[in-house]
Amino acid sequence: MRMGYLFVGPMLLGVMIFTLIPMIFSFTLSFTKWSFVTGFDKIKFIGLDNFRALFQDDVFLKSLGNNFIMLLAVPIGMVIALLLAVVISNHVYAPGAFKVIYFMPQISSVVAVAVVWQVLFHPSYGPVNGFLSALGMDNPPKWLADPNFALPSVMLLMIWIDLGVSLIIYNAGLKNIPADLYEAATIDGASKWAQFRSITLPLLTPTTFFLLVTGIIGNFKSFALIKVLTDGGPAHSTSVVVYDMYQTAFVDLQTGYASSMVMILFLCLLAITALQWIGQKFWVNY
Amino acid sequence: MNTGRIDWVKAIITIIMALLGVVFLLPFLWMLSASFKPETDVFKYPIEWIPRTWRAGFNYESVWFGKANFALYYWNSIKVTLLTTLLSVVVSSMAAYGFTKIHFRGRNTLFAIVLATYMIPSEATLVPLFIMFRSAGLYDTHLGLILLGGFSVLGTFLLRQFFASLSDEYIESAQIDGGGHIRIFTSILLPLVRPAIATYAILRFIWTWNDFQTPLVFLNSKSLFTLQLGMNAFADRNGAFYSLIMAASVSAIVPLLIIFIVGQKQVIDGIAMGGVKG
Repeated sequence: MRMGYLFVGPMLLGVMIFTLIPMIFSFTLSFTKWSFVTGFDKIKFIGLDNFRALFQDDVFLKSLGNNFIMLLAVPIGMVIALLLAVVISNHVYAPGAFKVIYFMPQISSVVAVAVVWQVLFHPSYGPVNGFLSALGMDNPPKWLADPNFALPSVMLLMIWIDLGVSLIIYNAGLKNIPADLYEAATIDGASKWAQFRSITLPLLTPTTFFLLVTGIIGNFKSFALIKVLTDGGPAHSTSVVVYDMYQTAFVDLQTGYASSMVMILFLCLLAITALQWIGQKFWVNY
Repeated sequence: MNTGRIDWVKAIITIIMALLGVVFLLPFLWMLSASFKPETDVFKYPIEWIPRTWRAGFNYESVWFGKANFALYYWNSIKVTLLTTLLSVVVSSMAAYGFTKIHFRGRNTLFAIVLATYMIPSEATLVPLFIMFRSAGLYDTHLGLILLGGFSVLGTFLLRQFFASLSDEYIESAQIDGGGHIRIFTSILLPLVRPAIATYAILRFIWTWNDFQTPLVFLNSKSLFTLQLGMNAFADRNGAFYSLIMAASVSAIVPLLIIFIVGQKQVIDGIAMGGVKG
């Protein structure tokens, strides 16, 4: 009996100190006007003022909007991953090597990857625009330096980085589909496309659902890539909630206000998860 | 099925996919190539994939033993990552054993609490943890980073499935022989779940090694910087020296790639199995 507490104790203690207490602390701080440098006696409770201010804060609203636009990268990446997974799992030699190739960006340090792409996307010297100019394009986009192109460029990179994860999980999902289903369908004269639509896709819905949930949650929390790649710029065109929260908390030193952003982030994640769990009843086949 | 003969359609698809794969990896190839070049050749177009003039020695030496001191960053990263992984494996496997193999009051409630905290993103606790760590003297220490990474609940979930799949008979027969839970855990069950632990350890190692957000918030002194922070600071300071930045990027990426290629089975199985990330 007592042994049980001994075994799970360290984990419980860790969860308490490093997650539960900070979360309660964060929740409390979101109703205050406070900067941590001034000391605890300067905490001032201001009710919902922070939240009212958030909805008039252009940078925050822009960041929140960018978060939702960026979610588009998740389904696009999943479609590409599914196509590649189908080809790799059945139609190539040495499938293992391909999994390694597509997983490489995922394994690489985000900082290094972001720095490399910064150079590749360089508007005047970068090899990407060098290539486009060589193809005869007179005014290639300025990518990360152009407010209209920066966000799509970031999304492109996200797809490139995360492709390997979806690919590997789809590949595992494909392996679980019994081969005799395809054999029976072939005997019945079903085309490859018909087989894909009526066997592969429906049987993969649990995998697709899982990837969508984790992908959207991961995407919504993105920070490191933005911080290194663009610092939210140009003109806040790539700022996201976590980035804005980081700036507010650690650069502007507005602890209370930053905590209210955290609460919005948390509510958004809860809402997204809840929506997906409700939605899965209608399209996931278990 | 024509066994033994080359399937030409499959071979052609393989070649097309291989070409696509090369395009996918072009950023890495460009990075590698630029890291070997003198600065003036980095942006030459058409790209010299194989440098005409080699400056690899100079570039890498400046990164490793110049002002940036990648050797130190490496040492810091190795220390933090190994200790975090060790702590996480110990804490997670103990909890996984406790939650599956020992019956005690409140077990399900406690597990539900742990499960619920998985919904709380680490980003949501950064600010309060920063304040708590400053008061506790853990801010700007490696110990702080290790504690933050070592209590991730993800390992408990992953390993719990494996402990649950082991038959209770192991425990019952050991108990008849007079073995306590500590003996059963360390000498009977741990060896049985070793593959699962290896998989989790490699994943935890990679995530910790590549983590940028936690060290960014919780470290301040340059002498404590992990590789990711060092890389970021180096790129900020040497904005115009692209050959050096690429040598630094290669240094930041390649060691982990080697670990990945050696342990690819564990990594890929781990990702596919738990379907996990982060």
